[in-house]
Amino acid sequence: MLSLLWLIPALPLAAFVVLILVGSRIPRAGVSIVGCAAVGISALVSILIWASPAPYPLSNGHILALWTWIDLPGFTPKVALYLDLLSMLMVCVITVVAFIILVYSTDYMAGDEGYSRFFAYMNLFVASMLTLVLADNLILLYVAWEGVGLCSYLLIGFWYKEPANERAAVKAFVVTRIGDVGFIIGIFLIFNSLGTVDIQEVLRRAPSQWEVGSTMAMAAAALVLAGALGKSAQLPLQTWLPDAMAGPTPVSALIHAATMVTAGVYLIARMQELFALAPVVQSAVAIIGLATLLLAGFSALVQSDIKRALAYSTISQIGYMFLALGVGASSAAMFHFTTHAFFKALLFMAAGSVILSCDHEQDMFKLGGLRKQLPVTHWTFLVGAASLAGLPLVTGGFYSKEAILSAVWSSNTGGHLLWAGAAAGVLLTAIYSFRMFFLTFFGPSKTRAKPERGWLMRVPLIVLAIVSLIGIVRVLAEVHLTIVLYIAGYWPSPGDAATLGPGLGIEMILASVASLFSLVGILIAYLLFVRRRDRTEAFAAQPMAATIHRWWFVGWGFDWIYNRVFVRPFFWLTGVNRNDVADLVYRAVAWLTEATHFGMSRTQTGRVRQYAVGIAVGAIVAIGIVVFL
Amino acid sequence: MAAVPVEHGLILAGILFSLGLVGVLVRRNVIFLLMSVEIMLNAAALAFVVAGTARAQADGQVMFVFILTMAAAEVAVGLALVLQLYHRFGTLDVDAADKMRG
Repeated sequence: MLSLLWLIPALPLAAFVVLILVGSRIPRAGVSIVGCAAVGISALVSILIWASPAPYPLSNGHILALWTWIDLPGFTPKVALYLDLLSMLMVCVITVVAFIILVYSTDYMAGDEGYSRFFAYMNLFVASMLTLVLADNLILLYVAWEGVGLCSYLLIGFWYKEPANERAAVKAFVVTRIGDVGFIIGIFLIFNSLGTVDIQEVLRRAPSQWEVGSTMAMAAAALVLAGALGKSAQLPLQTWLPDAMAGPTPVSALIHAATMVTAGVYLIARMQELFALAPVVQSAVAIIGLATLLLAGFSALVQSDIKRALAYSTISQIGYMFLALGVGASSAAMFHFTTHAFFKALLFMAAGSVILSCDHEQDMFKLGGLRKQLPVTHWTFLVGAASLAGLPLVTGGFYSKEAILSAVWSSNTGGHLLWAGAAAGVLLTAIYSFRMFFLTFFGPSKTRAKPERGWLMRVPLIVLAIVSLIGIVRVLAEVHLTIVLYIAGYWPSPGDAATLGPGLGIEMILASVASLFSLVGILIAYLLFVRRRDRTEAFAAQPMAATIHRWWFVGWGFDWIYNRVFVRPFFWLTGVNRNDVADLVYRAVAWLTEATHFGMSRTQTGRVRQYAVGIAVGAIVAIGIVVFL
Repeated sequence: MAAVPVEHGLILAGILFSLGLVGVLVRRNVIFLLMSVEIMLNAAALAFVVAGTARAQADGQVMFVFILTMAAAEVAVGLALVLQLYHRFGTLDVDAADKMRG
């Protein structure tokens, strides 16, 4: 089965090529079939590989070398795919979620003039992300990393006729690029001192060449972290993600659930041995994760646009994953990634269904009371919100968040303070996720909603809802366990604490506290936004509260600060340097050519006698040269 | 008959050529221009004959016949051009024709 591995990224890529070349000339049904089938078959292949009776135990990785990319003495990166439990899990989640989203988009995007373009970009996006998680060396990973960035630009700016969308796309591209620059410098650094770009080789050589806490290890880890921060929209590079809502809703679902923002999580999980060598950087990951999850949680609490609220919730949930990675519990991070992928895709698609039914109205305060009018959307959104809030026992989100919380509690780098922050985050998450739910589906009905679209949109919602509720819990409990074992046998120091976990008694208490927080959060949301909504609004109208509301609403003013500190000085500089100094050289060349041209054309007078003078003088000079020299 | 020294012949040719050149440069009447060109041609032809004589070979005189033919052709074409010039501009002044563009 393993020899089929190359099909997984190749099929979506092939679909991209087909669609971009002939997509506009084949009927829409053909576009949908090509666009969905490629990813669908990829999903099938990845599940087959996972389920195939294993002559290859996945706990030690497998390499499928395709060809040698660059052949230089001492530097021969291959185009090779590396499969182990981590990449297997990523591949399965990406392909399955992407397939469901693509099926959903066949209906969502129906009637859009860029239909085939949309499917082409989506397939390229999936192909890039799959290459990213399967890449065997850092160079290939970086290529795919940039491919993901490119696709996010293309898809966020998909409706490019709107200038605001174009700005959002450019912002996403530029902000993530800031992190990417750090990442590529990190790759150079790693190659320079370890002499290889092969990821496994890097991870083998790093502990023997770098001491724990040495400057080189810290620098390499910090630079890799910079790349991850940009892609995963963590502090301080989180500002692009809320604006990325300019794209079509399935794009948001794909970016938030399966591709793009989880790339940073994957990268850190993949390079965890490197981070273990740099304890300071690893703690920084945890602290950044915690800060991001709290800040984004508060912002999500006051958003009025349903998609922006979801965007902030993604930033916050990725913060949880970073927190887990920072305390060395990558298994918990990957578990949360998986459940998050399903329920976040579900939430976005349900939101998309609402948006379509209500004539592209995204303001939750103008929606409301849609419970009866959109039953399927209502129930599935409820499941998604419950999973996001971590409703105890029934939802996947509860288990994964629980795994993170207990890992944080017991980690030696983290401690109880981080746990308290993360638990507060649980409360916050419950409040904002049910705020979205109550505002949209409860209260007085303010809009007349068109009935939901056809089965192509409803079935994916229902499937994801079921997966978010029950099936995934059992499957993922197993996955979780295998990853735990894999890490425990493979990677000693910081993992130990995370994998052994606290005693059963403490774990039970922690779990009950977290579930209590989640339930209390839902109750608070109910009180604030259903029962006592008038009082909440009256409170929010007070000057003090209104100021804080505004502050949180604009995402803590990061955009404002960046605008003043970076964007405006840059534009000022470009204004001053309008006539680029470096251009002077080229202008001089142009000026010289032009002047010569005019000088020469001045001699073309049309007077025969002047030409004759020219000939005579030329002849005299020529003869003079011959005779006298 | 005493042989004429080569230098004398060449100097005469040079003087004739210079006269023709000066005529081309200073005269504005196109007829005089043509005549000056004829003088320059004849100067060149004379130089050929002198050189041929000095080396006791017939080549110089052969060249002279060629030049004569060519000069006749040149005059034929030149006079046709002069007629055209006169028709178009109503004058024989060459400088009047400096507006012929393209």
